[in-house]
Amino acid sequence: MTAAANTDELRDLYRELILDHARNPRHFHKLDGATHTAEGINPLCGDKLRLYVRLDDDVIREAAFEGSGCAISVASASLLTDLVTGLSKQQAVECFMEVTGRLTGPTAREPRDIGVSLDKIRALDGVRDYPLRVKCATLAWHALNSAVHGQTEPVSTE
Amino acid sequence: MSQAQTREFTPLSACRRDFPALHQLVNDHPLAYLDNAASAQQPELVIETVARYQQHDHANVHRGVHTLSHRATEAYEGARDKIGSFINAPSRDEVILTSGTTESINLVAQSFCGPRLKEGDEILISHMEHHSNIVPWQLVCEQTGATLVVAPINQDGELVYEAFVDLVSDKTRLIAVAHVSNALGTINPVADIIALARDRNIPVLLDGAQCVPHMAVDVQALGCDFYAFSGHKMFGPTGTGVLWGKQAHLDAMPPYQGGGEMILEVSFDGTIYNDLPYKFEAGTPNISGIVGLGAAIDYLQATGMARIEEHESRLLGYMMQKLGDIDGVRLIGTAANKAGVQSFLVDDIHPHDLGTILDHQGVAIRTGHHCAMPVMEFFGVPGTARASLALYNNQDDIDQLLEAVVKARQIFS
Repeated sequence: MTAAANTDELRDLYRELILDHARNPRHFHKLDGATHTAEGINPLCGDKLRLYVRLDDDVIREAAFEGSGCAISVASASLLTDLVTGLSKQQAVECFMEVTGRLTGPTAREPRDIGVSLDKIRALDGVRDYPLRVKCATLAWHALNSAVHGQTEPVSTE
Repeated sequence: MSQAQTREFTPLSACRRDFPALHQLVNDHPLAYLDNAASAQQPELVIETVARYQQHDHANVHRGVHTLSHRATEAYEGARDKIGSFINAPSRDEVILTSGTTESINLVAQSFCGPRLKEGDEILISHMEHHSNIVPWQLVCEQTGATLVVAPINQDGELVYEAFVDLVSDKTRLIAVAHVSNALGTINPVADIIALARDRNIPVLLDGAQCVPHMAVDVQALGCDFYAFSGHKMFGPTGTGVLWGKQAHLDAMPPYQGGGEMILEVSFDGTIYNDLPYKFEAGTPNISGIVGLGAAIDYLQATGMARIEEHESRLLGYMMQKLGDIDGVRLIGTAANKAGVQSFLVDDIHPHDLGTILDHQGVAIRTGHHCAMPVMEFFGVPGTARASLALYNNQDDIDQLLEAVVKARQIFS
């Protein structure tokens, strides 16, 4: 591989959209009025974030997060809060399964149709080539799944 | 003169050939292995010695009358002799073979401190300790009602010695400090600490895990009471370690674990414990690992600890200066007296992102809290990147690190 191709591969992991969300995370605050919350911890990286959702009529009206972590985990959490706002609880769980399946499955494929556009999660595809970092990308999603199921124990990636 | 000889840091360049793992491409770059404080690579001598033992000599030790058991015992006890002589132990009986520094420290906490401590007693450590030199003391303090006292460090990552002295009291029952800090590289003023402790009759344990691979250690010259270290950081196999302790202490201590090997006679009315060092070595030990550790010591002695120390010290100076010259790099651990470890941060790039980008360029470093969370908390960071040296590193490794750090800044710019 040439040095240029090598750099391109890194750029594939740290895409502009990822760097943008890592630098300026959306919905990055504690959510007053949250009905569900869960903490996600990645002991390997020291990533630690808390995800908040406000469910009303089984629909996620608002999602937010706070905490600290690497660019991948923060960007993934930020993308998550953008994506799941307005989804039903069932859709959010399908979203979680879609993202984790996509990042850990054998091959990248077209996002499954779950009635919402998942185009933005393609930005995380570069993580597939970095097995040690997949947990960073899926951390917030595990926390989401845990939160909407009403679990209160912190989610750990270990 | 060849190009290699014109490089500034070449006194140990020949050693690099002895380590097979160093000669590979990682992500299409030559491997620059700078994670030695976590675990060091093994020389051919260690790999071959372990293989030869497995292929020809393996049996249980101290048990059979057959030839292989005799060979295994000779090899295992031969390694104990080498270890004892390497650290200048007055007697081989004081060399307890363990699974690593962690077990060595836990042994002292439970077997030496456990029976002695009572409520109000104190154990004194420093703020820069590895979790292995914190948690075993917390456990024994919980069991006995004793208190763990922590001496502060300063912004350079040095022990604040005056504060340390003030914390030594007539309640102090043990002082346990790192000889060299794993996260910061600081070499602690152990001679002063031991002199102070001796005056007050307080035993001292040194965590030598980060020291033994890098400079000569003489436990008699140090005058400490216990010295703990690990095999895999000194080019030996994992799952091997040493506790050296003064015989008077070891004799007075009850066994740490019960089982085979540590007994002379067992009946249901009572058991007579074996002599030192076997009293503390219950069960079948990691025989091949210890045999490999013996070979690692042969390798270190043939190379020369003074040469290793000088080589690493020059490389560290180069690494600190060049890293510090890069815009946006913050060095963590800038003690006046340091071994070959450098923690650092680059702009606001999370250490794990930095680790991935460096790995992509063949540079292996550790990222995270380095099992020293209180140190990270002191510096107000979630973790750091850490480059740590061994005898086989050279200037090219450092240059590759510097280039990769610059690249990381470009990607995150």
